Amino acid sequence: MSGIPHDHYEPKSGGEKWLHRRLPVVGLLYDTLMIPTPKNLNWMWIWGIVLTFCLALQIITGIVLVMHYTPDTGLAFSSVEHIMRNVNGGYMLRYLHANGASLFFIAVYAHIFRGLYYGSYKAPREVTWIIGMLIYLLMMATAFMGYVLPWGQMSFWGATVITGLFGAIPFVGESLQTLLLGGPAVDNATLTRFFSLHYLFPFLIAGLVILHIWAFHSTGNNNPTGVEVRRTSKEEAEKDTLPFWPYFVMKDLFALAVILAVFFAVVGFMPNYLGHPDNYIEANPLATPAHIVPEWYFLPFYAILRAFTSDVWVVIIAETLTGGIIDAKFFGVLAMFGAIAVLAAVPWLDTSNVRSGRYRPMFKWWFWLLVIDFFALMWLGAMPAEEPYATFSLIASAYWFGYFLVIMPLLGVIEKPLPQPATIEEDYKAHYAKKTGGTKTIVEPAE
Amino acid sequence: MSMIKKLTVSALLALGLSTSGALAAGGEGHVEDFDFSFEGPFGAYDVNQLQRGLQIYTEICSACHGLKFVPLRSLSDDGGPSLPEEQVIEYSKRYEVFDPELDDFRTAVPTDHFPSSTLENAPDLSLMAKARAGFHGPYGLGINQFFKGIGGPEYIASLLVSYTGEEKVQAGVTFYENTAFPGGWIAMAPPLYGDDVEFADGHSTELHHLAEDVAAFLMWTAEPKMMARKQAGFAGVLFLTLLAVLLYLTNKRIWAPVKRRVKENS
Repeated sequence: MSGIPHDHYEPKSGGEKWLHRRLPVVGLLYDTLMIPTPKNLNWMWIWGIVLTFCLALQIITGIVLVMHYTPDTGLAFSSVEHIMRNVNGGYMLRYLHANGASLFFIAVYAHIFRGLYYGSYKAPREVTWIIGMLIYLLMMATAFMGYVLPWGQMSFWGATVITGLFGAIPFVGESLQTLLLGGPAVDNATLTRFFSLHYLFPFLIAGLVILHIWAFHSTGNNNPTGVEVRRTSKEEAEKDTLPFWPYFVMKDLFALAVILAVFFAVVGFMPNYLGHPDNYIEANPLATPAHIVPEWYFLPFYAILRAFTSDVWVVIIAETLTGGIIDAKFFGVLAMFGAIAVLAAVPWLDTSNVRSGRYRPMFKWWFWLLVIDFFALMWLGAMPAEEPYATFSLIASAYWFGYFLVIMPLLGVIEKPLPQPATIEEDYKAHYAKKTGGTKTIVEPAE
Repeated sequence: MSMIKKLTVSALLALGLSTSGALAAGGEGHVEDFDFSFEGPFGAYDVNQLQRGLQIYTEICSACHGLKFVPLRSLSDDGGPSLPEEQVIEYSKRYEVFDPELDDFRTAVPTDHFPSSTLENAPDLSLMAKARAGFHGPYGLGINQFFKGIGGPEYIASLLVSYTGEEKVQAGVTFYENTAFPGGWIAMAPPLYGDDVEFADGHSTELHHLAEDVAAFLMWTAEPKMMARKQAGFAGVLFLTLLAVLLYLTNKRIWAPVKRRVKENS
């Protein structure tokens, strides 16, 4: 599968040969599982398995929840209470599913920032990155629609606000919003279509996950050095890599078990910590909650959406130039989707020819500032739209765009990178020689 | 189209208003941190307290409020008030429920739910202990909720003990000053004064204790499976920790020769 030379599956018994000639599925699984993997992968490379697990967890708990849930505005809320009270283990199913969404997003953010730091998006892995971004978009859509299903106050008003964003699009906005809602306002038609799509999207995600894995199995994994595995011969490749099974499967499973222990503590002891109390009040179109806040994983982009108010100069310029077509509301929507678009475009915005942030002395600082910026935006998204938060949101949003649109292109030109190890093997040796206190063999590559 | 606009406008308005309401310290009522037996990973409901709370609910709250999501039969469930089944049958008889098949009201049986609220503006209390938060912040960081809990039952108990005795009439409606209620003025008249009920076990009927008991009962109505959930949490954490240790050792063993080779060669 990958371009890295390695042993392939050889059918041995007659039965295996018979099947292999007709459908080489065992060979496909073997090659996928035995893929040569850079042996210097660190603990930030565990999130892929965690994410795969989350998808499986959400699909399995979700399928069982659907057996007891009723997508009808008059019955949805009480059917959730029915799950919580009468269905055997229903309370665990629902809490696993609700908190599972949070684990999913914690893992995906860790995974994305891992990719940003180690340059996993750079050539030849742009397609892996783009597929990943599509998965992330679908995840957000799925999570948003899932939050509407319990038909609590936050479900209803969150849906009203978010679908209202589409209404801000000039010319087609209102029709688009009506199409999304299935009518003039959030109602039964909205609930049933969100339910249908909430069930569909995870399977689209699963399909994209297969493509995502296929893509990075074709290019080979990135690794903390960003240096490619040697491919000239099998012997050399084997010095840089180890097969995925059992070395990385066991490592990933260990990490997964630790993460799940924490996850179960949250589900068992504080399952509503990440939720919103208002969602235990049945949806009421006539009573607006005092404070409409999206789930935590949307907050950074929600902060960007709200940051661009009509008194910000870029908004004023845009409004004047377009003759009012781009007003503050639409500008906010563009900024929110733009914030994700620049993230998706990073393979083409980053001009540095060094892949890993480890060897980019200036990049490191900007990167960690971006991480801080992300958390700051998350916090600001939950704060009221007033001073000083409005100004902070604007600064934090500006940095988000500045990082991708200005800093990334410029750094590649002005930064003087550090020397990189020649091979993965060298990096691995240096690491363990240092750790065990043995003879130091930190390599000084000739410049 | 105007419906969308109205909803969107009110939603956006709420976003703006959220400023003054939920987070600003001044508008939020003061919630006392009651010490409930069911707090923390090891906490459990106190069966006697739940039964006292049920009595307070029945004799006082149920005059206006309902518990429409709570099946009467669940009063005999483990991890709840655990009434004997005969008592639940007896207890059910005090309620009249509407039966759509008869198209008439009839005496309730344990398979029925508690009735809904009788007063239009008295909210249903089934989920109230999860629908309210007692603790916020600081600065929207959720640290208080992490250590003290979200504070729903604390909010309910605080509300019941925080009437100041002041009243005002606004547009023909009487409001009562309450320091725990957001905004400070609530339409509900003080429901409890102390000594409102008499307990068979002779437990204290001071206002503070009554408030605590009924808040504990409402936590149970909101989260009837809390005991089972915590048990599942324990089993999960325990087995996963054990699994993690085994996987750690397995992983270490698998990688040992690889790391040894590196050490020997360097």
